[in-house]
Amino acid sequence: MVNVLVCIKRVPDIGGEILLAGDSMSVDTRYVGHTVSPHESCAVELAVRTAAATGGEATVLSLGSADSVEQIRDALAVGCTGAVLVEAEPDRYGPGDVAEAIADVVRSHEAEGRPYDLVLLGNDAADTGDFQVGIRLAYALGRPVVAGVSALEVDGDVVTARADGPAGVDIFVVSLPAVVTVMEGGVEPRYPSIPGRMKAKRVVVETVTPAREPVGSGRVALRLPPSQPSQVQVLGEGPEAAAAVVDLLESLGVAR
Amino acid sequence: MSDQSILVLVETDEHGAAEVSRETLSFAHRLAERYDGRVTALVVGEVPEGLPEQLGGFAVDRVLQAHGDGFTAYAAAAWAAAVVASTTTTGARVVMAAGTPRGNEVMAHAATRLGVVMAANVVTAEAAEPLLVSRQVLGGSALEELRLDGTVAVLTVAGHACEETPAPVPTRPVVEPVEVPLTPEDLRARVVRTEQGEPDESGGLRTARVVVGAGRGAGGPDGFKDLVELADRLGAAMGVSRVVTSLGWRPHHEQVGQTGSRIAPDLYIPCGISGAIQHWAGCSSAKTILAINTDPDAPMVTKAHYAVIGDLHEVVPAINEELRRRRG
Repeated sequence: MVNVLVCIKRVPDIGGEILLAGDSMSVDTRYVGHTVSPHESCAVELAVRTAAATGGEATVLSLGSADSVEQIRDALAVGCTGAVLVEAEPDRYGPGDVAEAIADVVRSHEAEGRPYDLVLLGNDAADTGDFQVGIRLAYALGRPVVAGVSALEVDGDVVTARADGPAGVDIFVVSLPAVVTVMEGGVEPRYPSIPGRMKAKRVVVETVTPAREPVGSGRVALRLPPSQPSQVQVLGEGPEAAAAVVDLLESLGVAR
Repeated sequence: MSDQSILVLVETDEHGAAEVSRETLSFAHRLAERYDGRVTALVVGEVPEGLPEQLGGFAVDRVLQAHGDGFTAYAAAAWAAAVVASTTTTGARVVMAAGTPRGNEVMAHAATRLGVVMAANVVTAEAAEPLLVSRQVLGGSALEELRLDGTVAVLTVAGHACEETPAPVPTRPVVEPVEVPLTPEDLRARVVRTEQGEPDESGGLRTARVVVGAGRGAGGPDGFKDLVELADRLGAAMGVSRVVTSLGWRPHHEQVGQTGSRIAPDLYIPCGISGAIQHWAGCSSAKTILAINTDPDAPMVTKAHYAVIGDLHEVVPAINEELRRRRG
């Protein structure tokens, strides 16, 4: 039986233009939806599969505003059965602060007889791209960590993890308890079913507040690259443009 | 801030220092010049033949080598222990690696051990005290200015943030071993073996000179025939947007974007790709972009250098036909 904790972050779902808030310290999210990163969707899928394969439970955790419950419910709808919201202003939290806050939850649940054998996170958050919360968490808990994992399998108290390396797929074999950060690509996240959605609504989300003041990330400001006026040269419309395209390919030396 | 030392973790392949590591060495050399400082390179494992000379081309002052039983297989924690030992040995105030998966992983371990934040995917660094960097966030569509407090600044350099520029006056560094105390904990997560991945049929996407891209506009798993033919005719690699791999139309290893490959070809031909930020993050380093799209206002079109407005299923076969005709 493997109990898994999977950590997700509510991030703005930005498809097109980004707007910054007035103080340039955060993204203006008034007009955008929210999501979690594809890496984290895969982490949730791996958590649910691992729990199901071993008869354990998958619990989802998010550090963020009360609105993060929306993303927590999404994870519950695809098979997580427990949920923790660490309610905090995420922009005030640096990667070390987030790792400490998660470690506190892991330790307090363990003290209550609810230990987590495996903690999964995304390889990097879609917004801050820090690449370090999972690794810091592993140090805080004194556990081994494998990063950038696309697939994993638990057998007894050992996890075998696969991660893309420079020369192929690197295989890691690590004893539990462990921390693993997940990269998109190895598993297909499932879609929630209607009964799954109904069930998710009934789960009580345990809400905690972090025990310590955050140190912060050192952010001075966010900046958008200067918007470049479009310089596009339209070669034509429809199939009639083919000759102009091939002229261009020849001038660039790529037509063979 | 004089006599500063900068430490660079260099990743190697059979040709010596990997391209991204050479860019990072150039980045480090430029920063060192402003500091009146020196650059030390750290190599983990074997030192490929000719590497010291190559590193000398970037004005590297010293080359430290961490080797021995603990370094025969990749273990991020052990590599980080080597970075920390080398930081102590050199008194480095700035420690950096390329923003590769391993670079980011090892530096995250090292920063945690050194008790500081790691700044990932840095594009510029100001020689201030403390060091002020700007780094890519939100998939490369915004920059975060970050102040790196602490005794040592730990960062990774984003790919293509800095051109590879050899130093005007090369040096002749010698390789010195660095003593790295390792604990059993450092080797708990270690590569036990490496398997061949699924065969890469994308034609070497990351290093291709020409990439033909396809998005939702392909219409379905059978909508790629003309695109594959165009790629074949141009000796190009195939690259696709995230929606294409999510829908299972093409394999994940062809994905270009924030969670796929980052490409920097001479020519990128995105067909039926709207150009969402997730995708732009992976292709913005292309030198020339020729977009084929039905929507003249799609971000991919407005950001491109050249565009054809039209349905890829009509335009691409016409281009193939024209290429066939001109070859006679």
